[in-house]
Amino acid sequence: MALRIDYTHSLRAFDAHVALTVARGETLALVGPSGAGKTTTLRVVAGLLTPGSGHVEVDGETWLDTSSGIDRQPERRRVGYLFQEYALFPHLDVEANVRFGAPRGASVQQLLDRFRIGDLARVRVRELSGGERQRVALARALARNPAVLLLDEPLSALDAHTKAAVRAELQELLRELGLPTVLVTHDFEDASALADRIGVIVQGRIVQEGTGRELVARPLDAFVASLTGATLLYGTARLSANGLTEVVLDDGGAAWSTDQGAGRVGLAIYPWEVSLGRTAPDDSAVNHLTGVISSIVPVGNRVRVAVGELVAEIAAVSLERLGLGEGDSVVASFKATAARIVPLA
Amino acid sequence: MLFRATLFLATGVALAFLALPVIAIFARVPPDELVASLGTEAAKDALVVTAKTNAISMVLILAFGTPAAYWIATRSSRLRDAVVTLVELPLVLPPAVAGIGLLAAFGRLGLLGGTMEAFGIDIAFTQVAVVLAVTFVASPFYVRTAVAAFESIDPTLPSAARTLGAGPARVFGRISLPLAAGGLGAGAALAFARGIGEFGATIMFAGSLQGTTQTLSLAVYEQFDLDFDVALAISAVLVVISGTVLLSVKLLSRWRSGSTTPIPFAPSTPTSR
Repeated sequence: MALRIDYTHSLRAFDAHVALTVARGETLALVGPSGAGKTTTLRVVAGLLTPGSGHVEVDGETWLDTSSGIDRQPERRRVGYLFQEYALFPHLDVEANVRFGAPRGASVQQLLDRFRIGDLARVRVRELSGGERQRVALARALARNPAVLLLDEPLSALDAHTKAAVRAELQELLRELGLPTVLVTHDFEDASALADRIGVIVQGRIVQEGTGRELVARPLDAFVASLTGATLLYGTARLSANGLTEVVLDDGGAAWSTDQGAGRVGLAIYPWEVSLGRTAPDDSAVNHLTGVISSIVPVGNRVRVAVGELVAEIAAVSLERLGLGEGDSVVASFKATAARIVPLA
Repeated sequence: MLFRATLFLATGVALAFLALPVIAIFARVPPDELVASLGTEAAKDALVVTAKTNAISMVLILAFGTPAAYWIATRSSRLRDAVVTLVELPLVLPPAVAGIGLLAAFGRLGLLGGTMEAFGIDIAFTQVAVVLAVTFVASPFYVRTAVAAFESIDPTLPSAARTLGAGPARVFGRISLPLAAGGLGAGAALAFARGIGEFGATIMFAGSLQGTTQTLSLAVYEQFDLDFDVALAISAVLVVISGTVLLSVKLLSRWRSGSTTPIPFAPSTPTSR
């Protein structure tokens, strides 16, 4: 195991207790609401925060062990830490920023070239664009040849246009480096694009861990479901005569699910599993909810259509073909297998 | 209309009142006579004493005040508040009280007087006493501004430096010090201005002996009885120095060294880290 963390630290409202391992070449994303303990975990690994008790081990080297009094200073832990707003030194130029992390006398030209910032070597960092700042921060973090990579919201400071390109670059870089990486983000989409494994952290605890696909397939509860992008309907579940579980929805109507469940539950439905039509289609979908379109938001070549409490994500051309607009009445359909019963958070 | 006229009038009176004494210093005697008056022994001696004692004071203030300010700025907020209050005390202390206090501490009959006498040291009414008095009253101006300057540094920058392999000393030298430079400069200028103008504590603790402890401010007071033109000439020098200091503080505050631009006298707030 390349990186092993286990710590307990009391935060303002709760105790954070996080235990995780990250293999060499693996990227683990910590996803969760702000203040859940994501950044705290990174700070513990970097040595910027000494937890109440805990253990941090990298490649068999103990960096922190409160029980035996080991607590290596941050400068003696080999971490590459990308801070949320990048924390570039404003009084230094690009080259000096990168060189700050490099061993004395080492050349950083190769790093500058690799991150395509060689031409910016003499530029003060405040004159850089968001994407350039991120590349400088990454080059600087890698200059000391780290054993672990810690990325705190690496994409949140970027505008939507730059974000897609930078995310692809970062993905490539992580694969190339082969370092154990912990990535913190509040965006599930970024997490599933960049990480091999995702840990959902709530109130200082990892409540569910798995690949992005696994989390979407079996969200632990309503919170994880909504974090992963599902729309949530609420209702009361009971076994129905046809072998499916019937959920009587709070807002009227009913839906059927292949999942088991009873009592008060959440029904998680992913927007891309909902189809729309002017009338109920004659296909395998058993769930048909009629509602009025309240909003239409384009996302690339798709549109997100809100119908009552549901959201459907369909191809923009499909919506055009149906000739639907805001205020129109529409039938939203989804399969019983797409209706996941989740316990309330 | 009446309101605007009142505003205008009040502002005019206030500005005239503040500017008039300064203008009067230069207006009463022709410039060439002012310069000539500076040639008197008393004025020349006072200039030398002031330059020497204040230079030594500034070195002491910077050498001890900078690390102290950094230490205070990086402490937890409760301890910090207590220490800052202690540092600020000389700011609000009446100068006469400062003089008595210095005598009571370092004078022959003072707290440390016995110990110092045993080593053959007697500083009352020497230039050492002037340096101590100036340092005592001027250093809070520097330390206070310096604390604010260090505290206004984005705390993730020193953290980032640590993760990049820099120990605490390198973080101080390469990150904190350059980022706080603007504020430190402004604080030093304020302390210098206060030190040049020091009067009360110096006259009580060091006396006013021409050529030894008589600084420019003390010389103005003495020449006021002997030769009013010389008093005016020395005052003119002090006005020029003060004006230059004020101007440089403004410029230093505007000169943004990175993220740090504390405004002198603005209340400093602790940064959580």
